[in-house]
Amino acid sequence: MSKFQEIKFYKAPQFSPYTLLPLRFIPLDQEHYVLTNLAGEYLRVKRGTLLDFLRHKLSNEDPNYTELRARHFLIDEASSIGPELLALKVRSKYSRLSEFTGLHIFVVTLRCEHSCPYCQVSRQSEDKLRYDMSTEVALGAIDLTFRSPSKNIKIEFQGGEPLLNFDLIKYIVLEAKKKNQESGKNLAFVIATNLALISYDILRFCREHSILISTSLDGPRALHNANRPRPGSNSYEKTIEGIKLVREMLGRDQISALMTTTEASLNCARGIIDEYLAQDFKGIFLRPLSPYGFAVKTKSYRAYDAERWLEFYTQGLDYIIELNRRGAEFVEYYALTILKKMLTSEDPGYVDLTSPSGIGIGAVAYNYDGYVYASDESRMLAEMGDTTFRLGRVLENSYEEIFTSASLLEPLEASFAYSVPMCNDCAFESYCGADPVFHYRIHGDFVGRKPESEFCFRNMAIFRFLIQKMETDTFAKQLFVKWANS
Amino acid sequence: MLKLHGKLPVLNSVTKDSYLVTITKSTNLPLVLRKQMALLGQPSEDGKDYKAILTKEIGATNHHGDSDVFKISDDYDYLDEGDIVRLDSESGSLRCLYRKNSPHNTILLTEQCDHYCLMCSQPPKNIDDSWLLKEAFELISLIPTGTERLGFSGGEPTLYGDKFIELLHCARRSLPDTGIDILSNGRAFKDLEFTRKYAAVDHPNMLIGIPIYSDDPVQHEYVVQSKGAFDETIRGVINLKQVNQKVEIRIVIHKQTINRLVKTCEFIARNLLFVDHVALMGLEITGFTRPNLDVLWIDPFEYKDILSEAVALLNSYGMMVSIYNHQLCTINPDVLGNYRKSISDWKTEFLDECLSCTKRADCGGLFSSSKQFRHSRYIKAFK
Repeated sequence: MSKFQEIKFYKAPQFSPYTLLPLRFIPLDQEHYVLTNLAGEYLRVKRGTLLDFLRHKLSNEDPNYTELRARHFLIDEASSIGPELLALKVRSKYSRLSEFTGLHIFVVTLRCEHSCPYCQVSRQSEDKLRYDMSTEVALGAIDLTFRSPSKNIKIEFQGGEPLLNFDLIKYIVLEAKKKNQESGKNLAFVIATNLALISYDILRFCREHSILISTSLDGPRALHNANRPRPGSNSYEKTIEGIKLVREMLGRDQISALMTTTEASLNCARGIIDEYLAQDFKGIFLRPLSPYGFAVKTKSYRAYDAERWLEFYTQGLDYIIELNRRGAEFVEYYALTILKKMLTSEDPGYVDLTSPSGIGIGAVAYNYDGYVYASDESRMLAEMGDTTFRLGRVLENSYEEIFTSASLLEPLEASFAYSVPMCNDCAFESYCGADPVFHYRIHGDFVGRKPESEFCFRNMAIFRFLIQKMETDTFAKQLFVKWANS
Repeated sequence: MLKLHGKLPVLNSVTKDSYLVTITKSTNLPLVLRKQMALLGQPSEDGKDYKAILTKEIGATNHHGDSDVFKISDDYDYLDEGDIVRLDSESGSLRCLYRKNSPHNTILLTEQCDHYCLMCSQPPKNIDDSWLLKEAFELISLIPTGTERLGFSGGEPTLYGDKFIELLHCARRSLPDTGIDILSNGRAFKDLEFTRKYAAVDHPNMLIGIPIYSDDPVQHEYVVQSKGAFDETIRGVINLKQVNQKVEIRIVIHKQTINRLVKTCEFIARNLLFVDHVALMGLEITGFTRPNLDVLWIDPFEYKDILSEAVALLNSYGMMVSIYNHQLCTINPDVLGNYRKSISDWKTEFLDECLSCTKRADCGGLFSSSKQFRHSRYIKAFK
């Protein structure tokens, strides 16, 4: 039919000019490069294609040309809407920043009846008065908490073992709820506990006030008990009993668990994951030890390097993908956090993997002694004698003083990945984060030395691993899209 | 397929111009109401003063000199109380414009369009047909409140500009509880001012369906046969959502859209996640589709895995997605949750093969045009 134009009528001549939009690239493997745009969308291409593209010599007949245009790596005569779409997505990605601090950690005591050698918070075993938070400090911290503009406020009780000071938890919950009657925020509570001291009475209170439970489960019995010594060597049994009791009293999904990777864990990725499956958890967060507290003193932290941990992580993730392929729905939460940034315009704002860093902005910690720290890790560092990330003190400093203190603003600004050398031109920057506390701890400044940074090494390897999976395994791609949107 | 318009033998002609009239079967309406009604059926002795009479009885002319009288055939047996028709006793034409018992009442506002889609079911005509808009205003005043949904289509309705907005205000005032479905290519909404006027109608239940055929602008513009369409349509969708309007993205699946269907859905999920609904639609074999069938036709059975992948992707992103215009035997079971019986009642058909199918009641069936010209070779009864 002559009145219809053929497709060539709508195409520009081959080798027509095009304009590059902001993009970064990095080798993926021997053959391929990954390109990423400002919103975190990526494209895998061969090196030759990349070179042609960058030299403005890519033909619009090349199949990659269409992909590059659809993901806003270029604009041309056919379409120039890319910058508008990019802007929308970048805005969505950063929109959470206006919410400001959502997670408020109350360290109600530093005492603990466990004696884990990898303890990163430097627990104390005695002197009740010295290591418990007072009601005055608690009230002051609640006032600060409700100054946050965030609509969603989560109060997390940390320790030590917070149940050793359960009376204060009760006090804080009741006072916070009273205060929230005027504020009308979405207020949630969570207790991070090893469950050894859990009881019907405690759980009745939790049920009445919709308090969630977060616990530690390192893997199968032998591994867990070896990692987490306590009198009676029954940490595993106590934990499992506790999980059952919590589910019975609060509901199946009211409890989550975290694992810590020790040297002994490294050969048991499958065993650990199976344990989580057996305990009816919907997923696991495979996370390495952090360089704080006793983990450093007892050399647990240096017992394995990033490479060895990565081997553990990728084995675990491969196994989890396999489990899903066989019909068991199970998630790895660290991958999920990254995949959200790769496949959606949402940045979950995970404190250790977001930029600007999540310190102060995403989370803040009120220590038992009334000092306010920029994050959970910041107060761990303080117990080691370094108060760099101390923002002020409850009852002494105002909200404004605390959240505009130099000890918060300086590390935030210095570590903002988009402007940090080497991060700025890293194609993975939009998936990654600034971790000024970690880098300060290891390298002595907020930025760190990226070529030597285990943080970079570990995360870049995971980014590559996830992209490779999606490019080579359709099932994994579909699974990852589901995770990213869950 | 229902015959919605045609020529009828005129037994008595009184009125010079054509007019809209509501159908009644009641032979003893109060006289004051009869002038606005067309009596359907056999008029009795006192059945005088109706504006028109639609009857199968030849002898009816004798008593009713003041009514237009048409002889109707069995084709129009679907006509019922409350339906609205346009009659012209000079030419003998009848057009059914509103059927009270149908969930699919769509008002054609114009046949003009700035697209010239390869598969257009309503090929555009470049003639002044603004009488259609005038008729729409009149029709809205006759349509009973309580009508659930009403469609406005074209052509491209937004070509009327402010007059189209006026029509929407009118619909909102006259039929405040009737949901409105608009079909548009969305390009007019690249103008934020116009978009704001549209939003100012402030209709609580108005959805605009806008086609995006590919994430590749060249392919989209080839399908709609218009350069510059892609950016304007995308911008239109963004503007509409910026002022909180409900938007549906519509993708007709055919040989020119199937290759990038999954990528197009990925593009929608990444860039237009905020739209309210995505419709993945089978091809209707009518209008331009028939001359272009060679470049358009692909058997739905052959693309069912691609359809599954596209639907799974949109579902994962939490988007509302529906499959329209497909038959149950041509899709994979994994998309049943998104399957809708969508073909307008007046053009739904089944094949002989379908008579013994156990799932026929759940199936959307075929377009009558598909039955006539081209349908999947894999239509097979479920036993």
